[in-house]
Amino acid sequence: MNTLLAILFYLATLLFVVGLAHRIRTYAITPAPLKIPTTPAPTTQVGVVFRMTREVVFFESLFKANLWTWGMGWLFHASLALVILRHLRYFTDPVWSWVAFIQPFGLYAGITMLLGLCGLWARRILVERIRYISTPSDHLMLLLLITIAASGLLMQFVSHTDVVAVKGFFQGLMQFSIQPLPADAILALHLLSVAVLLVIFPFSKLLHAPGVFFSPTRNQTDNPREKRHLSAWAAKMESEN
Amino acid sequence: MADYTAPAYRVIPIIPALKPGAMEGKGPFVSSDKINEALGFPGHLVDDWHDKAIAKMGELLGKYRSLRVFLDACVHCGACSDKCHYFIGTQDPKNMPVARQDLLRSVYRRYFTLPGKLFPKLVGARDLTREVLDEWHNYYHQCSECRRCSVFCPYGIDTAEITMAAREILDSIGYSQKYAIEIIGKVHRIGNNLGLPGPALIDTLEGLEEDVKDATGIDVRFPIDVKGAEVLLITPSADFFAEPHIDSLIGYAKVFHATGTSWTLSSMSSEAGNFGMFIGNYDQLRKIALRIREAALELGVKRIVVGECGHAWRVAYSFWNTLSGVGDGSDPTDRFAQMLQKQLDHRYKQPTHICEFTWDMIEDERLTFDKSLNDKHIITFHDSCNVARGSRMGDFAGGQFEIPRNIIKAVANNFVEMDPRTTREQTFCCGGGGGLLTDDLMDIRVKGALPRMEVLQQVVDEHGVNFMATICAICKAQFTKVMPIYGFDRRMVGGVHQLVSNAIVLGKNN
Repeated sequence: MNTLLAILFYLATLLFVVGLAHRIRTYAITPAPLKIPTTPAPTTQVGVVFRMTREVVFFESLFKANLWTWGMGWLFHASLALVILRHLRYFTDPVWSWVAFIQPFGLYAGITMLLGLCGLWARRILVERIRYISTPSDHLMLLLLITIAASGLLMQFVSHTDVVAVKGFFQGLMQFSIQPLPADAILALHLLSVAVLLVIFPFSKLLHAPGVFFSPTRNQTDNPREKRHLSAWAAKMESEN
Repeated sequence: MADYTAPAYRVIPIIPALKPGAMEGKGPFVSSDKINEALGFPGHLVDDWHDKAIAKMGELLGKYRSLRVFLDACVHCGACSDKCHYFIGTQDPKNMPVARQDLLRSVYRRYFTLPGKLFPKLVGARDLTREVLDEWHNYYHQCSECRRCSVFCPYGIDTAEITMAAREILDSIGYSQKYAIEIIGKVHRIGNNLGLPGPALIDTLEGLEEDVKDATGIDVRFPIDVKGAEVLLITPSADFFAEPHIDSLIGYAKVFHATGTSWTLSSMSSEAGNFGMFIGNYDQLRKIALRIREAALELGVKRIVVGECGHAWRVAYSFWNTLSGVGDGSDPTDRFAQMLQKQLDHRYKQPTHICEFTWDMIEDERLTFDKSLNDKHIITFHDSCNVARGSRMGDFAGGQFEIPRNIIKAVANNFVEMDPRTTREQTFCCGGGGGLLTDDLMDIRVKGALPRMEVLQQVVDEHGVNFMATICAICKAQFTKVMPIYGFDRRMVGGVHQLVSNAIVLGKNN
């Protein structure tokens, strides 16, 4: 079981990193031949950084669109961010002081993350429009995240696992040595689900995370009259004349 | 005209229920062999359309980051699902922006992503079949590329970009829309979208000079092909003879006259509209834009001013510099752009919107108005989608909202706003944009106008509004046709420069 999970994590991490890097590279090298920011848009680069920050940190556009989706979505994402940071304690030794500081917050975040996910799922099931656009994978993705959150919370509040051993396992993985892992079904489910999430990330709608940074309607400066914007393939048309 | 009835107004707050299949159908007329081939497209649906369409999709994925990112990033959150005026008006779920995108995204997933290749059902991927193709033709011509959905999408996904890609794929396999392709043919053959030949245009302008002389007693000129003029005016060809468009053209001429600006139209390039954008075809977009460059170089003008036209202003503002060098800030080694940019006067923005021009003149106190001449009007302003969400005016973000309103307030006393959830960046499309302004799409045009008509009705009831000003030729044409169906007088719609024209005092400053 140890070895299997270890191999799985190596593979999953590899797929995650390579797959994501490849995807990001594709986004980066694909040209944006025309200026298409959704206006009103910032007229300076600094303004664009602010716009993108508001989008990524506060989900500004979603806020304009629908308060329920925004509330649940933001709750889930903010909680997830805290939870992930909290988990850094398994990968650092000694644990960084700020990671130690956020431990209690990260704990509550696990609960709010679950709440957010359940809210999003309820919306997907109950709102006719959103039910219509949902694919099986949309539901499964939520199920997977809920499994991760719920199994994590179970280990915290119901059936404790030996977290010191878990830390040993991951510290070991980082040094390419396979250490024992507690034989615990909930832990196995938790880790397995995380590995699955890592694997599907670069091939699924989870690409919205890197995608938003490359979205031309959000990351372009509104200055087409002041500066000529020309992609390589379009420039070629000019030299052909 | 066939009988079209207006859908009933809805009770607010609105939770649109779905009516699957409500807008199923054949879509717009398919263009003929002759007009297709004239633009270099296959005359009719090619035999190997399946492979060609997939290859074209692959090509576009490599050329447009927008398409690549937008097809990947959607999480089906539903933020856009109730934002499209065509969905609100028809309740057909495939008119929800996300569902419209999914018509293409499902095929993308099947052929270009691993999960779609392995587990199509799971991720909503599907093969490209003839049925899918027909669905594309139908539903991608129920989108006016107005970008309202892109305002609300947390990843900025713009359905307009997806619609353009779908239309480009359809064109490349000989399954294109008659109206748009015909118009592009006309602009190349004759010089404008309406197919108004040079002599007829000159005749019309002479007639206008006489009309204005009769009405005002003043010799306001409508010059054409004048070499060495300072300003080249590029305006939608509807301004030359359609009602109410022509009243705004008269307004521009009066502003030029009153400010002593030397200006000219061009017979070679007598069209601001650029339907190349509607079909998403960079090559056509560019070719049509190059006509303006050519006219500017030939006439030696210092400024290029664009008349009241929504998508034309988006193309002019956002794309002209890229496509044709009309703008500023090209690289010193960029011979193509430098050639024109050296000629243009960069104390002014290039290109300039006619509203920017007029507002500058108002701020400089070079125009005089008798506002009481507009007192019969209680005015509201319909923000045109492509101006609102695809361009700017003036020096600050949002100038495209303020400047036209400032002009209206400078020339008229009675101005009221419509519901703020339907103006400025959240404005609704008129229902006829994006290449849908054709009689064979009348049904969707009427239904697509519903959201705007509802809020217009509100200000009519509450404030007695009797004039809706707008700065787009398509809005004007669409509303004059559709508003009577909703029980409004067609003369309720008009241009901002129509109001300018009503109130301007000529013969004082010069």
